[in-house]
Parts: sequence; C-alpha cells; structure tokens
Amino acid sequence: MAEQAQVRAPHVQHHFASSDQQFDSAKMGMWVFLFTEIAFFGGLFVAYIIFRAWNPELFTLAATQLSTPLGATNTLVLIASSLTVALAIRAIQTDKKRQSIILLLSTVGLAMVFMIIKAFEYAEKFAKGIAPGAYYTYEGIAHESASVFFSIYYMMTGLHALHVVIGIGILLWIAWKVHRNHFSSEYYTPVEISGLYWHLVDVIWIFLFPLLYLIE
Amino acid sequence: MATTATNGNALKIQQFSSSEEFSHNFLKAKPGIWNWMTTVDHKKIGLMYLASVVFFFFVGGMLAITLRLELLSPAQNFMDADTYNRIFTLHGAVMVFLFIIPSIPAALGNFLLPMMIGAKDVAFPRLNLASFYIYSIGALFTLISTGLNPIDTGWTFYTPYSTSTGTAVIWMTLGVFVMGFSSILTGLNFIVTLHKLRAPGLSWGKLPLFCWSIYATSIIQVLATPVLAITLLLLIMERALGIGIFDPAMGGDPVLYQHFFWFYSHPAVYIMIVPAFGIISELIATFSKKTIFGYWPIALSSLAIAFIGSLVWGHHMFVAGQSELAVVVFSFLTFFVGIPTGIKILNWVATMYRGSILLASPMLYALYFLFLFTIGGVTGIMLGAIGVNVHLHDTYYVVAHFHYVMMGGTVFAFLGGLHFWWPKITGKMYNEFWAKVAGVILFFGFNLTFLPQFIMGSQGMPRRYYSYIEQFQSMHVYSTYGSWVLLLGFLIIGAYLLHSMFRGEKATSNPWNARSLDWMTSSPPDEHNFPYSPVVIHGPYDYHKPESEFLLGIAGSDHHEEITVGTETKVKQ
Repeated sequence: MAEQAQVRAPHVQHHFASSDQQFDSAKMGMWVFLFTEIAFFGGLFVAYIIFRAWNPELFTLAATQLSTPLGATNTLVLIASSLTVALAIRAIQTDKKRQSIILLLSTVGLAMVFMIIKAFEYAEKFAKGIAPGAYYTYEGIAHESASVFFSIYYMMTGLHALHVVIGIGILLWIAWKVHRNHFSSEYYTPVEISGLYWHLVDVIWIFLFPLLYLIE
Repeated sequence: MATTATNGNALKIQQFSSSEEFSHNFLKAKPGIWNWMTTVDHKKIGLMYLASVVFFFFVGGMLAITLRLELLSPAQNFMDADTYNRIFTLHGAVMVFLFIIPSIPAALGNFLLPMMIGAKDVAFPRLNLASFYIYSIGALFTLISTGLNPIDTGWTFYTPYSTSTGTAVIWMTLGVFVMGFSSILTGLNFIVTLHKLRAPGLSWGKLPLFCWSIYATSIIQVLATPVLAITLLLLIMERALGIGIFDPAMGGDPVLYQHFFWFYSHPAVYIMIVPAFGIISELIATFSKKTIFGYWPIALSSLAIAFIGSLVWGHHMFVAGQSELAVVVFSFLTFFVGIPTGIKILNWVATMYRGSILLASPMLYALYFLFLFTIGGVTGIMLGAIGVNVHLHDTYYVVAHFHYVMMGGTVFAFLGGLHFWWPKITGKMYNEFWAKVAGVILFFGFNLTFLPQFIMGSQGMPRRYYSYIEQFQSMHVYSTYGSWVLLLGFLIIGAYLLHSMFRGEKATSNPWNARSLDWMTSSPPDEHNFPYSPVVIHGPYDYHKPESEFLLGIAGSDHHEEITVGTETKVKQ
C-alpha cells in the first residue's frame, strides 16, 4: 500500500489531493471573486444608466469638465500595466524570476503613474469647487443636479482607485515573494490569480473612461 | 479489494470501518482558546458560527418578546413609539443579518459540507476563518450602533428617512456592509469546494441534496450580496456627504434605493430558506428509509429558485410608484417562483409515501416544516397578487407571512437539522422525550403567535405600530401568549441540549442509519473528517445497499498507518 502515498510538494496544502487540484481551486475562487466585483460595480453602472436616461443633457455638459487627454493617458497606462503583469506571469512560468520581478515592479510603477494622474485630476476639480455631494460649490454647469453627476463620478473612480491601491499592495507582496523564491514553474498560483485581479481593475477602467469622459 | 475507474485512472479501493476508538476526535485535538480562535478546521469554524447564531437568536428573540409584551394592550404600556421603533428595527436586523443568513449555511453548512463530499476541509480554510472574523467585526459595528443611538429605520433602512434620522445609521449599515463580505466569501468558498473537492466517484448526481441546496444558496450569496454592498455604501455616502443619488431634492430617487435594496434582499430570503430545503430533503429521506423521490427535480429546483428568485424583487414595491407594466411582470414572476417550491413539497410527500417512517424528533420537525412552510408559501402567492397586495401591504398579514416562512420554515428546519446532526457534532445523544415535548410546544406556540396575525392583518392592522385600536386586542393577546409558549419551548430545548453535552448518552457513528458520507465517520468526526480518503460508488439515499458499501476508501490511504511509517510503531486496527 505504501506506493500509493506519493511525495507531496511542499506548497500543496493538507486538504488538497494534488497540486493541480489546488491550482484549479484557487483559479476558480478568483474568477468567482471577480464576478462579485462586477456585481459590486454593476450597482454603480445601473445608477449611472438611470441618471443619464433622466438627465442626458447634464451628462454632456458635465463631461466637458473632465480632461479627455488625461483620461486617455491613464487608459494607455493601465493597458500597458496589464501587459506587464501578463508577461510577469509568463516569466515565472518559465522560471525567469529576475525578469518576473522587474515586470511586476513595472506594473506597480504604471499603477502609481495612474494614481498620480488621477490625483492631479481630483485636485484640479477640488480647486474649482467640484467636490462630491454637499461640498459641491462650482457654478459653471447650468443644471440643478450637476452635483449628482460628480457624485457618481467620484464614487466610480474613487472605488476604482481604491482597487488600484489594493492591487499595488498585492503586486508588491507578490514581487517580494518571488524575490524570496516562493514561486517557480512548479508553483505560481498566487502570481497568476493576482494577475487576474489586476486585469479586472484594468477592464473596469476601460468601461469607466468612455462612460464618463467621452460623452458628446 | 476492488477497483473502480475514475477519470480514466484505475483506483484501488478498500473497505474501512468507522471504528470509534481509532478516530482522532476533532473536539479533543488541539484544545485551548487560542487554538480554537486560530483554527482553520471547518468543523470548529462551523461550531463558532453555531454558537454565534444561537446567541443572536436569543438576543433577537428577547427583543421580540419585549415587542409582544408592549402590544398586550392597545394603549402605551411601558415603551413609547420611539423606543418601539428602535426595538423592532433591532429585532429585524439581528434576526436577518446576524442570525438567519449565517444560520444554516455558515454554521451547519460549514460543518457538514466538506464531510458530505468526503473532503478534508473547504477549498480555502484560511478564508473560511477570515469570513468568521469579518462576521464578528460586522457584529461589533452593529453593537456600536446600538450603544451610540439605536436606529429606528426598520431593518430595510429606507431612504429618505434613513438619511435624515438622528440615529446611528452609518454604524449599523457599515456593520451589515461588512457582514455581507463574510457571506460572499463563505458562498465563494462553498462553490469552489463543491466543484473541486468532491471525493473520487462522487459525481454531481450522487451529492446529498443538502449540498445542492447549499450550492444554490452560495450562488445567490455571490450574485446578490455585492449589490447590497454598493447600495449600503451609497447610503453611507448619502448620509456622510449628501451625494444625492437617493435624494429627490437633489434629483435623486428613493425608489431607486428600494430597487437596489430588494435586488439583494429578496434573493436573501432564498439565502435563508433554500438551505432549509436541503435539511428537509435529508431528514425526510433518512427517516422514511427510502430513496428520495425525484432527486433531480429537487436538486435543480433549488437552482431554479435561485434564478427566478433573483427576478422578483419588484413585488416589494407594488405601492411605491412602480410602472404598471413592472408590477404585472413582477407579480407573474412571483407566482412563477412558487412552481419549483411546489415541486419540492410534492417530491418530499412522495418520498414519504409507503416509506418506513420513523417519527423521531428531527422527522417531526420536518413535518412541522411542511405544514408551516406551506402556509407561508401560499400566503406569499396571495401577497404576490397585485390587487390583494394593495389591500394587505404593510399589514400584519405580511408579518405573519414572512414569519411562517422564516421561522416556521427556516427555524424549524434548522432545529430539525440541529437535532439530526447533534449526535454527529457532539458525539452525544439528546433526550428524545423532551425533544418531542419541546417540538410540540414550539409548533403550538408558533401557530398561536402568528395565526392571529393573519386575521388581524387581513382586517387592516398595520405593521410597525406600538398602539392600536381596541378591535384588535384579542388577536394581539393571543399572539403575545403565543410568544411566551415559544419562549418556553426554546428554554426546554436549551436545557436538554446543554444536559446532553455533559451527561448525554454516547452516540454511535450512524444513529439514524443514514447513507451519506457525513455519517460514515466517527461521532464526533476525526480531525481530518475521515481517517482515510473516501471513495463513493452509491447514491446518498441508497438504503437498499448494505452500509459496508458506503465505507470505501482509496486502498492504503489510512492516515494513521502513514503516520506510523518510519517510527515503526504499530497501530492496532
């Protein structure tokens, strides 16, 4: 009977029968989690659709306050970061640890560029009095519900930015673990599922950008 | 020895015994508070949830007793309108978010699901522990809210009142927001566990029906709870920053809040009742000693309820200014969700037909459930009818309806399940005589409490009022007396279960002669559920097959044997 008891790789947790089973479970878990994220943002998208249907003219007016060049730059920055994180996964799958760390850190760098541009955008609006909710004092938009557009804008981009910040933390932690030789072509599950999360952050922005910035 | 083929690989299997002495009892393994608090064992986490939900059921129950006491006479007795509003809000919020949503899935589901599928644990044990702590943090926030300024909005937190009242709405909604993540992560964990960790041979068609119901529940949790999260976040922002999405003065819409809220909270009533269906399937099949009638209809109707139940939320807003078209569509879908529910009831009754029924206390609870839930379900269909709904909206009829479903349905099923698995969980038997007595008292007390509410509701007694006109007094008095009978029943249950924990007779591994995997290990179970890796060849309700054929495992997978390799100590079998 002893031949049945195979040598278990150290990364396989006690309740899994094999490394494959553990990998498949982790990946499925992350996909289900991403689904809940979509449902979470989905509520905001519904609020957006309803308010836009009620106030179409407000949305065209208010969108002029958003800087399309900055938004477009941020879109490119996030798409580039999705590429670097995908390459980082590929690198660890082929045991190129150094390359993987560089790519993960580039992703983090691009994410920070995104956040800095976002901070400039927010600061410019706050200076004009375009603040969320009751703190809205700007008078340049002739519409009584102008503040509601920016409330939706701040909720959507703010929650997205929170996801970017969490992503920066996760990717730094993953890069550290690659550095400490936790991962290899045998076991790279956390790198891959963190990458999945990062792609979702990217995809949500790809929807936010045209919905908020490119209204005519 | 025999071989069976799974995934194209031949697997050697061997018959084991569920011998008691051989097991490493999970309750005795790694004792001490710190080990319990940091455990990743799904059984211990399930028990921590069980203790929490029982505690909160007691809290919510005492609040209800207080409400009923105030309603004993028409005028003000001992609490003013303001206090009454706060207490019924707390009763609702505690019962919904702290008791009933985690009750069956997180407590019993956590304990049983991995055992039923022959797994050592859920897919993500640490996440499971995290869910418990997230739930605890949420509970702490609701406690802070109650300490600061108990809220008076009702458990639904409807705007615009919830954004203007002076009570601690932000803390309470933040607590519910946080507990939502606990619910999401538990659901996620169970979905992955059921997909990836089933024992060799355990196909979807051989899953115990409790697993199917937990699967359907988990799907609703994952699908709907994030929407509650964003809704409550918007509500918090509305209160903190005045963002105006739900505020008509700023161009917002309070009905949008109701849509968002019920998009979660209607499916949430299925989070509460579908796991109860799973328990009833197990009880009825086990105590009728018969293969369940209509396995697939019961399994798939859970999924159908999860799906259709996600599309009926608008029936809470028939008088809130929805378009007439929407009202008609939601009314139709509400009737439609009765079909899969009816399918279950008919299949359970057909299972009992010509079965060898043993009227042990868990089975009695299943029968009470059938009676009470059917009343709750049929009155729900009545409320789904548009014209009737306008008449009965916001009356005691609605209160009686959802108590028949939530308490007569879920709580009775929960009690049935608790008695059924009590020997497995604790390794002790409870006093059957007192269990039957308590069950009868509860059944009587429940009907005494809530039947009069149907009558006064249909006569126009509105819900959420601390005083009423004298015409309704006799009904309110019956209802209050009933609440005392219920309290007596629960106290008896508490007494004999506590007694059984310390002085109870030792339970065998399979006292009910069931066939699913959770009964094929010792009571209480081994630390890793089974002392071997189980293999399944028969269905969970194949009572016509000998029990020995349900005790199969991968040959040589005996963990205790493995441990001894190298140290040369021999383990007697």
